[in-house]
Amino acid sequence: MSAQRETTTRSERPALTPLTRGNPAALDVFSARLLPREDYFSAGHRACQGCAEALAVRLIHKVLGRNTIVATATGCMEIISSSYPDTAWKIPWMHVAFENAAAVGSGIEAGLRVLMRKGRLPKRRITVVAMGGDGATADIGLQALSGMLERGHKMIYVCYDNEAYMNTGIQRSGTTPFGASTTTSPAGRVSIGQQTWKKPMPAICAAHGIPYVATVNPSYPLDLAEKVRRAQKANGPAYLHVYAACPTGWRLAPDLAIEIGRLAVETGVAPLYEIVDGRLRLTCPTPKLRPLVEYLRPQGRFRHLLSEDHKDELAVIQARVAAEYAELERRAAEDARR
Amino acid sequence: MSGPIVAGKPVGMEVSIAIAEAAKLADVDIVAAYPITPQTHIVEHLAEIVADGDLDAEFIPVESEHSAMSVCCGTSAAGARTFTATSSQGLALMHEILFIASALRLPIVMAVANRALSGPINIWNDHSDVMANRDAGWVQVFAENGQESLDLTIWAFRLAEDKRVSLPVMVNFDGFMLSHVVEPVTLPDAETVRKFLPPFEPLQRLDVDAPRSLGPVGIPDIYTEAKKAQLQVLLDSYGPILETWGAFEKAFGRRYRPVETYRADDAEILMLTMGGLGETAMSVVDERRAKGEKVGLVRIRLWRPFPFDEFRKAVAKCKALAVLDRAISFGGPMGPVASEVKAALYADAHRPLIVEFVVGLGGRDVTFADFHRMWDETAAAARAGKAPAPRMVGLRE
Ligand SMILES: Cc1ncc(C[n+]2csc(CCOP(=O)(O)OP(=O)(O)O)c2C)c(N)n1
Ligand code: SF4
Ligand SMILES: [Mg+2]
Repeated sequence: MSAQRETTTRSERPALTPLTRGNPAALDVFSARLLPREDYFSAGHRACQGCAEALAVRLIHKVLGRNTIVATATGCMEIISSSYPDTAWKIPWMHVAFENAAAVGSGIEAGLRVLMRKGRLPKRRITVVAMGGDGATADIGLQALSGMLERGHKMIYVCYDNEAYMNTGIQRSGTTPFGASTTTSPAGRVSIGQQTWKKPMPAICAAHGIPYVATVNPSYPLDLAEKVRRAQKANGPAYLHVYAACPTGWRLAPDLAIEIGRLAVETGVAPLYEIVDGRLRLTCPTPKLRPLVEYLRPQGRFRHLLSEDHKDELAVIQARVAAEYAELERRAAEDARR
Repeated sequence: MSGPIVAGKPVGMEVSIAIAEAAKLADVDIVAAYPITPQTHIVEHLAEIVADGDLDAEFIPVESEHSAMSVCCGTSAAGARTFTATSSQGLALMHEILFIASALRLPIVMAVANRALSGPINIWNDHSDVMANRDAGWVQVFAENGQESLDLTIWAFRLAEDKRVSLPVMVNFDGFMLSHVVEPVTLPDAETVRKFLPPFEPLQRLDVDAPRSLGPVGIPDIYTEAKKAQLQVLLDSYGPILETWGAFEKAFGRRYRPVETYRADDAEILMLTMGGLGETAMSVVDERRAKGEKVGLVRIRLWRPFPFDEFRKAVAKCKALAVLDRAISFGGPMGPVASEVKAALYADAHRPLIVEFVVGLGGRDVTFADFHRMWDETAAAARAGKAPAPRMVGLRE
């Protein structure tokens, strides 16, 4: 990391909404006390300090439990968890390449299914998970993912979206937000940084007609746990899109990784919702969005947006965030009436 | 397919169908494949067999060959007997994953109906697809006719799944020239195959009761050792290859060897082929022998691991060796097989003169006349004691 890390002090930061207020539904099923104690993604891995992606992996596998097999795409989570002879994985885990986790996972699912049918493995419930970063999912692996969803494999695909190719040094991806500065979409004298809007992965997956799609965020662990359970029970492919703060790539103080996840929800940047059999429900409704700058300010990748030069673009981004959130609310209200 | 196929008697059968029947006889659990000419009939027939309930397997209609090979990695790691087939661009698209499948020691079996690589796009036969993947760490064999294609496909599972080996195996056979022709093929009966091919017991599997991590990062400290271990397993597969071919002969009465020769014992001029051209070459050998010429044929059946000793033995007494390549190493030594053969002989005291030909690119016919001309040129080179530059046969200039 060559860029200077800048931090915000706690006193400058806005007070956040208490965690339980937004999502009483989650608490019906889960309270922190009910989360399993066991971890299957163990301590001692090599992720950076404050890596919310690694935290999300740990939480998700805590909920999925021991009878789970994981296929992982090349990327941060593979590199930091598997350097031979060490492994952070206490469950069966496989890595083949960057763009094919969905296909490898499809194979594991189909393989187990046929062996159980033919009586060569005892019949039992095993959850197959394929996981990849945003690059592995939205860009190079989109085709393999689409194939997996279309074929209807009963498994979970988890996209850990830290909004760039972090493993290779913070290059832009199809989910890097508009205006973010990365090493291949640098903000410069004549460029604002990334000039495209996030590829709508949850919508793309939902359009495949799969039974379960949800956005999750490790800053909301109980909401996350609830959705992981639902994904596990889905009768067909399930897709989880994880908002995964990356202090290193976002030029964010490591101790702000959880807080930034909360701000992402409260500013409307990364709303939490689920789509069950095509019906969308906001799981952490935010009737009054916070100003976008509260989310942008702590992150070095957006710092340039706060200058006077980018006033107009900032307004455009703010308007788009608000419009997209309003659209989700409209859709949720409509689906609730269906 | 019309009507049941009787085991034990030769029946006329398209070679692609014979390969599909071999996968069925092997009782595969998984077929994951993507259509490409001229391989397509294999997977179409397997899809049909599965749809009719004649084979209890999952047919996974993937969205690309890259995913086909990736799915195969997953199914094989789950412990399922896995088959796929492809050609040309499909094999090229799998390229990345081929190397990983062998490094992970996954005993996948793949039939490759050899076809030219684009561009220009060309659906006909040569060996540019397999040559671009010769270093992928797979065991690679070549079949010359329908029976061999079927036999080697059944055998491939036995070898791949042998715990001493546990490597993927590629069965090459010529696209169209073999894949689409009807040949007399004897189907073995299912019971004999079952005895020859016990149920798949993987060396390692993804098992929730005995978790392991497959495919971890290999840092510089261990990468060299990992590659050495992989190389050693491939080299050491040689013994099991001979052994399982022995077992095959016992069970089915047909014999396979890493290097096979035809009228080569006292031959002064030999020709080397891989794949279906060997059949034509044998007929030409007969014609020339009838005229009293001491000619013979060497056919490489086992391409990886390369059978160096057998090969040296086979050419030990000849004066000149014509090597027929069906691919080009661009900007390199012209023919990949010839360059390999030359390298194999470099340190030997006796080195036959090697005359190189590139033939049959992209489905170009290699006629009897072409064969005779190549033999004449090789004989002339032997007399002159000097090999001409590698030549592309049948080239219009
Ligand atoms: C075919 C291929 N292309 C490129 C790479 C290099 N590469 C490895 S990981 C990676 C980026 C990973 O980004 P993402 O999927 O977002 O995961 P992250 O590291 O951000 O968690 C790239 C470009 C590769 N391994 N394979
Ligand atoms: S670069 Fe980012 S995603 Fe990768 S380990 Fe570090 S903090 Fe986590
Ligand atoms: Mg990423």
